[in-house]
Amino acid sequence: MIRSEVLREIVPLISDHLVVCNIGLPSQELHHIDDQPSNFYMLGTMGLASSIGLGLALAQKEKVIAIDGDGSVLTNLGTLPTVANNVADNFILLIIDNGSYGSTGDQPTYAGKKTSLAAVARACGCETVVEVAAKDTAQALKTALEGDKMTVIVSKCISGNIKLPVIAMDPVVIRDRFMREVQRRNS
Amino acid sequence: MSIDEKIVADFVANRIEFVTTVPCKQLGGVIDQVERSPQIHHVPSNKEDEGMGLCAGAFMGGKRAAIIMQNTALGVTGNTLATLIQFYRIPLPMLISYRGELGEPIACQVEMAVHTKALLAQLHIPTYHFHRQEDVGEFDKILKYTYMCNKPVAILTDASFWGGY
Ligand SMILES: [Mg+2]
Repeated sequence: MIRSEVLREIVPLISDHLVVCNIGLPSQELHHIDDQPSNFYMLGTMGLASSIGLGLALAQKEKVIAIDGDGSVLTNLGTLPTVANNVADNFILLIIDNGSYGSTGDQPTYAGKKTSLAAVARACGCETVVEVAAKDTAQALKTALEGDKMTVIVSKCISGNIKLPVIAMDPVVIRDRFMREVQRRNS
Repeated sequence: MSIDEKIVADFVANRIEFVTTVPCKQLGGVIDQVERSPQIHHVPSNKEDEGMGLCAGAFMGGKRAAIIMQNTALGVTGNTLATLIQFYRIPLPMLISYRGELGEPIACQVEMAVHTKALLAQLHIPTYHFHRQEDVGEFDKILKYTYMCNKPVAILTDASFWGGY
């Protein structure tokens, strides 16, 4: 399975939750499959999906799923100790690990070589970390959503992309629409 | 009231409930006050761009957020300021220790000090420089200004302001 196929499988589960989605193709794919106000699309700033997601989870009560990538987590590896040490049980970090920098042309990442992001997350102190094959991602996510425990899921899939247009929405519109949705769900 | 207490009291009076910090010797006292404040959720971050991501998330979650950092970090946060904080119009007070100014014992700090105001000007970030202790009197107004205009706003605080080391 490639990332867009994993996203298609998990959309029924994440559709009803706040989602912070990684820069580039992941956001374009989620926007294409299931655009809605509860999605926050990153248009830039590679690496910060987990940080934005954690800040959001710590600031309000609703569940937050940050959809991140292996390349993006590697570029902000300092995020994992911060996640581990600031536990938010309404936070799920889903790392879709295709072992490559998908949005830039599938150059290999170290996560596809010797580096295990699940092992890194555990070593950083994250208490609930699961690594699954792509086909088991939906089940792992379902378990995490029911568990009310901060969870890091590493979903191992293969690299590959579908052709999609860039997101043309204005960033302020994305942010404003998302914030209204966050507020509505918390009131 | 000490300068540290005054800064944190102004944060609280302006409903800033989430503060992330990367330490600097000059900022030790104010970081302690942030940690002690029952009204502020303090999340230390490992790097300032990560901290700005946390602040963006907290802000979207309904909590006003601020970052406390050193001026050297302007070298690593340019992209985050431009493509996250400014692009999405997220207000962000940045309380910055202005290392490399008068009284600085470490030569290397001067190397970023000479770029600090130029970088902030290039990024079109409103910038205030606290040099004398009484300058802290403007802090409350600067916070209100930040939430009026929805921009990142820099408050540079030098060694003279903090009363030396
Ligand atoms: Mg990847």
